[in-house]
Amino acid sequence: MAHPRADTPSKIILSGADLQRVVDRIAHQILEKTSGATDTVLLGIPTRGVPLARRLAARIHAFEGIDVPVGSLDITLYRDDLRRHATRALGKTEIPPGGIDGRRVILVDDVLFSGRTVRAALDALGDVGRPQCVQLAVLVDRGHRELPIRADYVGKNIPTALSESVRVALSEADGGVDEVRLNPTVEGGRDQ
Amino acid sequence: MIKHLRSAADLDAETATLILDTAAEMATLAGREVKKLPTLRGRTVVNLFYEDSTRTRISFEAAAKRLSADVINFSAKGSSVSKGESLKDTALTLQAMGADAVVIRHPASGAPHRLASWVDGSVVNAGDGTHEHPTQALLDAYTMRSRLGRLDGLRVAIVGDVLHSRVARSNVLLLSTLGAQVTLVGPPTLIPIDVAAGLSGDASRRGDRLVPGEAAGGPSAPAGSAGGDEPRAVSPAAIAGLSGDASRRGDRLVPGGVAGAAGGGPAVSYDLDSVLPDSDVVMMLRVQSERMQDSYFPSAREYSRRYGLDMRRLRRLPEHAIVMHPGPMNRGMEIAPEVADSPRSTIVEQVANGVSARMAVLYLLLGGK
Repeated sequence: MAHPRADTPSKIILSGADLQRVVDRIAHQILEKTSGATDTVLLGIPTRGVPLARRLAARIHAFEGIDVPVGSLDITLYRDDLRRHATRALGKTEIPPGGIDGRRVILVDDVLFSGRTVRAALDALGDVGRPQCVQLAVLVDRGHRELPIRADYVGKNIPTALSESVRVALSEADGGVDEVRLNPTVEGGRDQ
Repeated sequence: MIKHLRSAADLDAETATLILDTAAEMATLAGREVKKLPTLRGRTVVNLFYEDSTRTRISFEAAAKRLSADVINFSAKGSSVSKGESLKDTALTLQAMGADAVVIRHPASGAPHRLASWVDGSVVNAGDGTHEHPTQALLDAYTMRSRLGRLDGLRVAIVGDVLHSRVARSNVLLLSTLGAQVTLVGPPTLIPIDVAAGLSGDASRRGDRLVPGEAAGGPSAPAGSAGGDEPRAVSPAAIAGLSGDASRRGDRLVPGGVAGAAGGGPAVSYDLDSVLPDSDVVMMLRVQSERMQDSYFPSAREYSRRYGLDMRRLRRLPEHAIVMHPGPMNRGMEIAPEVADSPRSTIVEQVANGVSARMAVLYLLLGGK
């Protein structure tokens, strides 16, 4: 994860209010594109995909009164870069009680970058069950794909340079306020 | 993360907790359709077993395979070891084959420590002499935590042949690290004096005296063959797998006195009945067969009467307390069949948890870099 450095200015891309509007819009788009989100399961990818998935489910409930099952899918054990880093602690995988077989699974993550996380998530999903279809919702698409992967729901497209990093902060995961920042330098290498 | 797991003392509280948390995630795999993860694809794990073992070897094998590692099983019987190859030469062979991890069980205490200095890969101790068995302690701690919700402040009684038990030694180290209060219970002849003083010093010195030619495991009976329904049906031949030299080394651990509870170390008691009402966990140790010839206690029957866990004693335990046993057990000797099969017994759970705990260890040792 990249963190802003004190001596380099970082730019706020989405403020807390912007972020809330973006989540509302994705929730509406999910309802529209899935004709009412029936037989749908939201699976957040830890860390920040999980609170995002919960927020989406809460908004869908607020708009249409539908309860969409929410779970989490940790992809650490499916990563293709495990040997390049120190051992990572695992996140939680919690599949809702109804399972995913025959359902529409919407994977939720904060930033879509190389696409490798989503590739790993698709592998992980295949070991959990056989969904009817899989879609992808992301808060930010920053480009620079290394795999043929695209999102079905995008909160905001942010053109970035490879040297930049995108930092999403959510109150549930990070404590402070909600915001999305663009930092001019990458620290700790590519991570998305 | 640490590179080797040779002793439970290699683990600080943070690392031990990380392993238990990882094991909990690994355990969710058991409920899945596909019980396999691609994590260790292309890595090689060698099971190097100089002593007979069913459950530990199978458990490590299952753990490595579920993480997609290649597994090579090497047992001393039917290998070059029976032709006189030393541990060092075997280690160099494994090194040349590119083993990423070597899981070793050896009758000599300290063998994993020596092995770690000869190979580049990670070394995991799967039981060395009377010294340690750290993954057993991890699966035990995991079982306690999942049943009782915590380890900090938990009162654990470890009962039986503590002197010769690598399970007890590793458990004392790990449980103390994680904040549990351990009480060792057994006849005075089977409680080592170094326990209260902190355990590990003597053991590692003993490891240095490792003789390569010493690799001779005792005969082993298949798990579960001992006992049956008769309370006293304990024939020495039916009691499984002992390292030939353990009792000899064990003797040197008893300087003639009896340990008391020193600050920081585990407490010691010779009276099981008085310990039971204040225990959250009772861990029964297996009585190893040649102890009965070595006069550590007068007779199997007397041992069973004073230190065996039967239904009468089970009722002295608090309502929530659990009964553990590392297996293989001697039904009717240290544990009554009704107790072993009661809902408070975690014996079968421990086997399942063993795979999860060992997956966690292998992932954390090999998954990164």
